[in-house]
Amino acid sequence: MSNKLLKVTGIRKSFEIPSGILGKKKILKAVNDVSFEIMEGQTFSLVGESGCGKSTTGRLVSRLLTPSEGEIWIDGEEISQKKESQLKKMRQKVQMIFQDPYASLNPRMKVRDIIAEPLLIHTKLSKLEQQRLVSEILKVVGLNESHADRYAHEFSGGQRQRIGIARALIMKPRLIIADEPVSALDVSIQSQILNLLKDLQSEYNITYLFISHDLSVVEHISDYIGVMYLGTIVESGPKDAIFSNPQHPYTKALLSSVPIPDPKLRKERIILKGDLPSPMNPPAGCPFHTRCPVSMEMCKTIVPKVTQVALDNHFVSCHLMSS
Amino acid sequence: MEFTSTVTEKKQVVPKKKYSPVREFWVNFKHQKTAFFASMFILLLIIIAIIGPSIAPYDPYKPDYDATLQGPSSEHILGTDEYGRDIFSRILVGTRITLSVSTSSVLLGAIVGTVLGIMSGYFGGWLDRIIMRSSDVMFAFPDLLLAIAIVAVLGPGLNNVIIAVSVFSVPSFARLVRGSTLEAKENTFVEAAKSMGAPHKRIMFKHIFPETVSSLIVFVTMRIGTAIIAASSLSFLGLGASPETPDWGAMLSMGRDYLGTASHVVMMPGIAIFLTVLAFNLVGDGLRDVLDPKTKNE
Repeated sequence: MSNKLLKVTGIRKSFEIPSGILGKKKILKAVNDVSFEIMEGQTFSLVGESGCGKSTTGRLVSRLLTPSEGEIWIDGEEISQKKESQLKKMRQKVQMIFQDPYASLNPRMKVRDIIAEPLLIHTKLSKLEQQRLVSEILKVVGLNESHADRYAHEFSGGQRQRIGIARALIMKPRLIIADEPVSALDVSIQSQILNLLKDLQSEYNITYLFISHDLSVVEHISDYIGVMYLGTIVESGPKDAIFSNPQHPYTKALLSSVPIPDPKLRKERIILKGDLPSPMNPPAGCPFHTRCPVSMEMCKTIVPKVTQVALDNHFVSCHLMSS
Repeated sequence: MEFTSTVTEKKQVVPKKKYSPVREFWVNFKHQKTAFFASMFILLLIIIAIIGPSIAPYDPYKPDYDATLQGPSSEHILGTDEYGRDIFSRILVGTRITLSVSTSSVLLGAIVGTVLGIMSGYFGGWLDRIIMRSSDVMFAFPDLLLAIAIVAVLGPGLNNVIIAVSVFSVPSFARLVRGSTLEAKENTFVEAAKSMGAPHKRIMFKHIFPETVSSLIVFVTMRIGTAIIAASSLSFLGLGASPETPDWGAMLSMGRDYLGTASHVVMMPGIAIFLTVLAFNLVGDGLRDVLDPKTKNE
């Protein structure tokens, strides 16, 4: 419970976007100086609207992408610039669950082979031994052995996601990066999958980096939350602190958009004006100042520093806090 | 909010009446009438290629100077050539040569082209640039001219014809497979395989290659027609099969001196080539409609 499993410090990722034949290459800063850490057995969620860089952060941590700058420590090992051949150990410890359970399972492979693939890659277990583990894991995720010889397209969305979870689970990973694992599912199925993820966490002491745009999902599963906007984490802290005492104007606006299941209760709805600025041409100063309802003159020029709010581990980047 | 962790969706797994991919293909392909008959014709050719030499009424090599350049008759149903050899027997025996030369050259080209194409599309970067620019250079030559050049270097003979035809097939396959690879590697399951640490070879051949197979099957079929023409042309030019071999192209070449007096000597192997190439192209069209509908308008 006490040791840090994942520590990310100041990672950046920019993509070069070619424009025309003679045009200058544009730089898209997808992730801009993101730092966070996750204790073993806990869940850290990244929330934000689409295009804010939360998925890119997930892909950087899983090293599907290489960060341009910064450090990623997983279980005491720095992996941010390692070559694929040096990542073998890390690839066993870290597994991913993807958003689209329809696209993330190879349609030409049987469920049995999909789930056994990590074993095939990382272990020298016999076919029989592999199949025993597959049957075991199928039960753990709420499927049964008779499902193993079918193809993924024969299943419903929720069941496919269970197959994806089984594949992630079979290596007994320490960290699972779940990139919007429930947003492609029906709401009725979402809760089942979330509960499954929680049950697995308490049973196997798994750490989650959970990426989502859905605050009600995040509230259900997280211990800590990082709110991302335009490639940076604007506020981070324990779930209760974020939900009960949001500090950053963006977090306040996000939270005000969550519907409350009580028609009598009226609360103030903060509606943001304008669109998310293009990450190719981010605003100077505080990235949020173009849409901020309480923006000040200094926000247009000076990037706000990360400030600790009174409560432990609750950080916010806003001039209102630092002043 | 209350969450229950019982798995109620389990009930939804009513095994759907879904055809297996092979059966689904067969059902769809049967609706393609032209292609279906063309494929029956190809099947007949394959049978002839296997049993042809044993059902041929005459020895395809043995001259009969009493019966030279005879037109079709009850004795020789497709007539005889300048040495009195039975043309029907020669065409039957030649089927094996034609089919084996064309399919082996196309398959050879397809294998090399596929490996190059997958690597090119998957790795990208300088490897992609080298492979694609070399293909561009090859594309700049007219196919047949390139084949002639290769045979000229290697010397005449059917084996060298196979090499020549496969060499000029390689770039087309490489380009086709590169395209499908670029598309296939965007699939999330390819990313999933990367995230679990699958080696490049496994990703390329287990996850990406199957995605390219349907367009490959179509292209191989189409290409066999082209290869038959190319191999026959080389034989016609005297660069392929030696003149006494009952190769269709060589037979054309032998008969061209008698075009005015005994046109059947050229006509019969010509028709054989025409029908075979047509059949392969029709089957290719049909396969494309069934397997790869999105490339229809290319």
